[in-house]
Amino acid sequence: MSVEAREKRQPWILLSPALAAVTLLLLVPLLFIVVYSFWLRSAVGPDTQGFHPDNWQRALTDPFYRYILLNTLKIAAITTFFCALLGYPAAYFITRSQGNKLILLLLLMLPFWISYIIRTMSWINILGSSGALNTLLISTGITDSPIQMLYNEATVILGLVHFLLPFMVLNIYVSLDGIDTNLEDAATSLGATRWQAFTQVTLPLSLPGLAAGGLLCFVLGAGTYITPLILGGPRDAMFANLVLEAIITQLNWPMGSALSLLLLIVLGAVVAVYNRYLGMSQLTKGLG
Amino acid sequence: MGWSFIRAYTILVYLFMFLPVAVVVLLSFNQNQFGSFPMTGFSFRWFEALWNNDAVMRAFRTSLILGLLTAAISTTLGVLASLALVRYAVPGKNLITTILIAPILVPEVVLAVALLLFLNWLGIGKSFALLLAGHVIFTLPFVILVVQARLVSIRRDVEEAALSLGASPMQTFFSITLPLLMPAVAAGALFAFTISFDDITGTLFWKPGGVETVPTQIFSMLRNSISPEINALGTVMIVMTVGLPLLGAAIARRLATKRGM
Repeated sequence: MSVEAREKRQPWILLSPALAAVTLLLLVPLLFIVVYSFWLRSAVGPDTQGFHPDNWQRALTDPFYRYILLNTLKIAAITTFFCALLGYPAAYFITRSQGNKLILLLLLMLPFWISYIIRTMSWINILGSSGALNTLLISTGITDSPIQMLYNEATVILGLVHFLLPFMVLNIYVSLDGIDTNLEDAATSLGATRWQAFTQVTLPLSLPGLAAGGLLCFVLGAGTYITPLILGGPRDAMFANLVLEAIITQLNWPMGSALSLLLLIVLGAVVAVYNRYLGMSQLTKGLG
Repeated sequence: MGWSFIRAYTILVYLFMFLPVAVVVLLSFNQNQFGSFPMTGFSFRWFEALWNNDAVMRAFRTSLILGLLTAAISTTLGVLASLALVRYAVPGKNLITTILIAPILVPEVVLAVALLLFLNWLGIGKSFALLLAGHVIFTLPFVILVVQARLVSIRRDVEEAALSLGASPMQTFFSITLPLLMPAVAAGALFAFTISFDDITGTLFWKPGGVETVPTQIFSMLRNSISPEINALGTVMIVMTVGLPLLGAAIARRLATKRGM
């Protein structure tokens, strides 16, 4: 074999295990559930194969599904908003603090390593009926019996913000850190106040980071089902809970396929819009 | 907005992030048997209870084996793919990168459903192998992102020098490239291990009946109510997933300074 032919073949040999894994374990299964979503569940025996639009019809027209879908997007949007509200000033502080930047960054990375389920359940210790907050309220005499603070939509959002905030801060930090601080100084020397310099120079330049963080918070938030299971009430299901219910509880796999594809399409559309206007490179910057 | 306001705000944000976790650790040493507050005394009894809890110990073994296998496979696949993408002119590089990163772009619940139903259709039901396959596919993109980033900064001349001095491509890889790449390989493996160790979204779909990992074990224990034992388990998890990376980073730093890098 000639050297050139070897040189040509080499990368494909190196790539083939990873490509085969992703193709067999993700791409083909995704195509498969597209087909599967048109099958019908049979009460007994195997599911009926063929092309039946029934699942899709139901997924798109059932008011209950539509309500949960819209509510999921709403919860994800509110979560993203609060992540930005809490995350931006914190990221700004980290970027501009001189001495302990490294420690602040390390502290910021720590939540990534602390288990999602533990961070989620930790709120039960705080907000539960014998939790820290109720104990405090009772011992100070503000109330005599514990207040029910858990298991509602607000606690679901709280748990999601707690889980997703590091993604937001990290993305904004990466963006802010790349901005030359001289730009703000230049603006102030030309007569802008510090606030004007910030809103007209730094903030616009950091918007890509804010958008990347926002996209991650939104997509990850909208795809979750564990947080509502642990911190939500019976009425706080999100769209992924419907998928879990269809697949694991009802064993209605064709319907579960249609519902999970619907979630993929809706979130895919959000990613596509983002990609159209901002490009994916900003996102991998924050992830890497 | 003054600087001191932003500082106070940031301190509050950090408190928001860490206070709930600190309370988990605090309560795991609670003597009290019921509920959580008030604390009645300091005790290790809940850690002892964990040690004697067969289900929890089994879950630990499962998670450990799963995490180690995931890290090994994912890192191997990821390093090979990164080498190809960074060191060779591959046609369609952008498309290939997108395909390899795709598992993090697809919501995990969708990935979980697709993989489960497809393998089931092939006649491969829920099993440890399915769980492992799922974890590998989900962690692979993180390994590739980390390793690729490092590989780009390793100068090609060093490898070419070795090759021109008569080393085979294999020898060059194992004695030049891999040692230089080691920090990223270690980071990628650690990433894969902790992501796998912590995963619950996909795991609940993929795990066969009777098999629990630590997160799914915590999840099923939470169905009753939160107990000091769950908090103790949470504390052990925190020590493992936070302590190990910190230890790893410290060791890596030490090795790096010793070698004068």
